[in-house]
Amino acid sequence: MQSYIARRLLALIPTLFFVSIIVFCSIRLIPGDVVDLMMSQNDISTGQDRAKVEAALGLDQPMIVQYFRWLGNACRGDLGRSLWRNTKVTEQLAARLPVTFELGFLSLVVALTVAIPIGIYSAMRQDTLGDYVVRSFSLVMLAIPGFWLGTLVMVFPAVWWRWAPDIDYTPFFEMPIKNLKHMLVPAILLGLSLSAVTMRMTRTMMLEVMRQDYIRTARAKGVGEIRLVLQHALRNGLIPIVTLIGLQAPMLIGGAVIMEQIFVIPGIGLMLLEAVFQRDYPVVSGVFMVVGIGVLFINLVVDLSYGWLDPKVRTS
Amino acid sequence: MTSPAQKTPERSEPSRGPFSDLVARLFREKPLGAAGGMVFVAFLLCGVFANVLAPHAENDTNILSRFQPPSLEFPMGTDHLGRDVFSRVLIGAQLSMIVGFAAAALATIVSIILGVLSGYLGGWVDMVIQRMVDAWMTFPGLVLLIVVISIVGPGLPQIVAILGLQYGIAGSRIVRGSVISVRENMYTHAAQSIGAGTLHILRKHILPNIMPVLIVLFTTRVGAVILSEAGLSFLGLGLPPPQPTWGGMLAGSGRAYMYMGPWLALAPGLCLTVVVFAVNIFGDALRDLLDPRMRGLR
Repeated sequence: MQSYIARRLLALIPTLFFVSIIVFCSIRLIPGDVVDLMMSQNDISTGQDRAKVEAALGLDQPMIVQYFRWLGNACRGDLGRSLWRNTKVTEQLAARLPVTFELGFLSLVVALTVAIPIGIYSAMRQDTLGDYVVRSFSLVMLAIPGFWLGTLVMVFPAVWWRWAPDIDYTPFFEMPIKNLKHMLVPAILLGLSLSAVTMRMTRTMMLEVMRQDYIRTARAKGVGEIRLVLQHALRNGLIPIVTLIGLQAPMLIGGAVIMEQIFVIPGIGLMLLEAVFQRDYPVVSGVFMVVGIGVLFINLVVDLSYGWLDPKVRTS
Repeated sequence: MTSPAQKTPERSEPSRGPFSDLVARLFREKPLGAAGGMVFVAFLLCGVFANVLAPHAENDTNILSRFQPPSLEFPMGTDHLGRDVFSRVLIGAQLSMIVGFAAAALATIVSIILGVLSGYLGGWVDMVIQRMVDAWMTFPGLVLLIVVISIVGPGLPQIVAILGLQYGIAGSRIVRGSVISVRENMYTHAAQSIGAGTLHILRKHILPNIMPVLIVLFTTRVGAVILSEAGLSFLGLGLPPPQPTWGGMLAGSGRAYMYMGPWLALAPGLCLTVVVFAVNIFGDALRDLLDPRMRGLR
């Protein structure tokens, strides 16, 4: 298992390198001049020496030097300062990441509690009316854009029943109930759209596993249907579903950006959008990098969890 | 067996090419997929003839007819500036189709270039390209699009270019996989051993054999691209405002008006869902017919 973890970590290095290049390029490709932007936004008088500002930012150095300096700073947790608030980007991130994390976690819980039981049901009742309903539902959910669902939930209850989802954020540790009331609707919407793919996958995997010889053996030995599914089939069927959760991490974050915008949740998605509209580029690239590394990390955890779920992977 | 055969005579011309063969098989074996394809073609035609079909000009404002509920004159009602929603939805279909086709075509080309380089050449070229693709795919599509749009600015060419690149890089994996499997075939080795040049092999042996994969890739990308563009426009990062995009019509900035005219929230989202749904089932059917190995990929 240790060598498996070591191999996984090594394989991460080239990817991390290219990720850092992409983020660095996104900073360097900014339209106009960062110096102009900073000078105008920080009210630095035009008389001040431009070269001095450039030197302070390290922009007078060759590209390769700039890259390594930036990388060194990033590794030490220094992602620069916001052009607007003049606070550290890392401080803002630290405040906002847990919010997005909570939304993502709740959505995942919704997605899995909906998708796995329904996926199993659909496989057990293959080609019945229930199965068709489930499959059509998941196909429709794949096509409905999350932002439309969000808009509908905001508009129609308000028009019909004078009720609208909460859009007033309170931190979880201050008022947990109020916080959950705010997060629940976006988490359900996001979770439902994620559940579509997982549902299809669970169904396919269960169908495949249930046809295996060892299931027939267990059934012949008189193992009850419920135990058969939960103890014998599900564990093997789960492996691809875990992969899928890893693959869905980017989708989850993309969906979180949309839901945070609709339901005014101050997570990193909203932070990114605000920064884009304010042209606050250090914040944009900070969020960009954290999201990239976050996804890499999730994929690593998913890879490692295979080893735990499936002993065959450890040795191969 | 006989009943489907009775349907075909009308379409069976003296010489049937592979295309009409495929269409016939689609209708016979995958009626649902064929229905999806027809719905999509209907939207495509709406997009092509949007300027003729639209009863009003899409940006004509009329203060006197603000927030009109759906009626005979305004089939989908009017918005806060008195613009006809139906006309705007039609022009929106046109924009969606332009973005969808252009970006999906670009994506397919990018996928071919990267996938063929990586899969056919192999070795260190493959290694480097694949790690780059890994890094690129690490970023959530929407986040990447937002960041790039913040750099290049919103506009039709930028949107097409960045969506094409985005989906092209993601799709290159699928092309690479099929190139590798074709490369190992006997006929490729035979061509190599009689001294055929790389370009010749790519053109005559590799490309024709990965064609089914490319067709399926292109089709599914059209739906994905339309959805992504709508998401960007919804966030205010797509085509700039007077342009009636479906995503833009649902944008958060216009939500205040939806409370006064709830119909404003319906038509664009419904069209988007129906088009994407249609493309998805059409793409699934095509994939089953052309290349069953791709099942499960999206």
